[in-house]
Amino acid sequence: MEFLRDTWHLFVRLMRATMRMPVFVIISIVQPILWVLLFGQLFKSVTTIPGFESHAHAPSISYVQFLAPGISIMTALFGAAYSGMGLLGDIDRGVLDRFLTTPVSRGALIAGRILHAAVQVIVQAALILVVACLLGARPLGGVPGILTVFLAAALLGAAFASFSNALALLARRQELVIAVMNFVVLPTTFLSSMIMSRDLMPQWIRGVSRFNPVNWAVTAARAGFQGEATSEAAIYLGLLAAFALICGALATLSFRRYRKAM
Amino acid sequence: MDAIEVEGLRKTYAGGVEAVRGVSFTVHSGEVFALLGPNGAGKSTTVRILTTLSAPTAGQARVAGFDVASQPREVRRRIGYVAQVSGVDVTATGRENLTLQGQLFRLAGAALRGRVEELLDLFQLAAAADRPAATYSGGMRRRLDVTMGLIHRPEVLFLDEPTTGLDPESRAVMWKEVRRLAEGGLTLLLTTHYLEEADQLAQRLAIVDGGRIVAVGTPDELKGRLRGDVVSVELANRGRTAEAEAVLRAQEEVASVMVDGNRLYAQVSHGARAVPALLAALEKAGLDVTQVSLARPSLEDVYLTATGHAYREQGEPAVG
Repeated sequence: MEFLRDTWHLFVRLMRATMRMPVFVIISIVQPILWVLLFGQLFKSVTTIPGFESHAHAPSISYVQFLAPGISIMTALFGAAYSGMGLLGDIDRGVLDRFLTTPVSRGALIAGRILHAAVQVIVQAALILVVACLLGARPLGGVPGILTVFLAAALLGAAFASFSNALALLARRQELVIAVMNFVVLPTTFLSSMIMSRDLMPQWIRGVSRFNPVNWAVTAARAGFQGEATSEAAIYLGLLAAFALICGALATLSFRRYRKAM
Repeated sequence: MDAIEVEGLRKTYAGGVEAVRGVSFTVHSGEVFALLGPNGAGKSTTVRILTTLSAPTAGQARVAGFDVASQPREVRRRIGYVAQVSGVDVTATGRENLTLQGQLFRLAGAALRGRVEELLDLFQLAAAADRPAATYSGGMRRRLDVTMGLIHRPEVLFLDEPTTGLDPESRAVMWKEVRRLAEGGLTLLLTTHYLEEADQLAQRLAIVDGGRIVAVGTPDELKGRLRGDVVSVELANRGRTAEAEAVLRAQEEVASVMVDGNRLYAQVSHGARAVPALLAALEKAGLDVTQVSLARPSLEDVYLTATGHAYREQGEPAVG
């Protein structure tokens, strides 16, 4: 109970800080829209390659339809990956120490940040789906499908936010958090079916992508958006949840280690 | 009852730095107690252990009746901590900072709102309460830090270097606040590297040097231990301080001599009577004196006697 209440108060603080940065808010809104427009144009012709989404029930799937859930996941990944930077800011400014001398639940200090990342991710995913629909995409999976996109994005966001916070607590250097996350974000993006149909991937990438949490999220989100409730999507959502829990545990352990080292 | 009991406290950081090397002291309830020493003496580390932020390597400490290592939750409920680095969230307003702090202490509703207003008024922050803390002056930010330490009416308040970096005017305001808090019966432990601050505010103080406490007592007790006056002599030739020290020590009136650079401090029972004799002895030995002064013992002299080196303010290394 106290954990939940503390998490909520700390979440509200972070949301408020985000809303007070109008430039940040505008960029987080404009950027995913740009991704949809840019990638939508750039890769438009891939749908004409023979074999693209051959299993999709719609024989002539539009690329925006294909792309929208993928961009939702990509935005979640990019947004959450740098969540640890905020924590480093709190450490440097003595804010974390001040919190630690109060009876606040220790877990809430991390949970509040993860919740903040997850909520931000869902808002962005919603915007992306709206823009995609304006460009001709259709949420064939209805409300459950849209909720599946949100769930996949939120779980992946929570996992990467946790990982980023763990990294921040262990390394305590902004440069290192940026370097590692940059190193992780792009390969995991391209080793997934985010912008390219799985059917057109080289065999080895298809193999690797099976173990890529970003691909789990993309696959589940796309299945939901397309209204194809596959067992594969359900399994991937389960795996994502497990991955998020492991990353959460890693963040908690790192936080304990950080406190011990003080 | 004692508000703080510290016994044989040690802290060795990973990497082998011994920040605290066996510190023991007691702070009585309702007392203002100061840890005085230069930067790096181990004051902040001691405070971090007492506020449960840092685990001691050895030794024990009880705050407000609870053990900091085994009962940290009980301790946290009863203490306020104002860190050396301000803990203000500058993106939030003063009121938001204060309200969140109260919420983390599980205050809520009208009780919390009332307490927030009360503290904002008390610390003259009411007019700026709804502005982001980023717009506050250094003094205002510091006062906001103190209100956050007080939101839950703690039994013990820790103030780590409360006036470092403040202009003289803000420092005077902070001193006034500390005195007012002390009158209210709060136990206060403050650290400072300003001798004057410890002298002005603390009922008792401990001089900390190199991770150890070298003297404890009331400011008057500590000064009283230095009987008589202190004659300070500055030599023209730095290379001959050892000679001069020997000359001074040989004088009957001199109780002790301290050397710091080309300055020598001699403790004598009657300064006015001793000065001519000391100067004559130095002259006879062929030592040129560029400056002589005579002073009643100050806390600075206590510090000098206790640590063996002169007190230097922040920024300069204190070497003996």
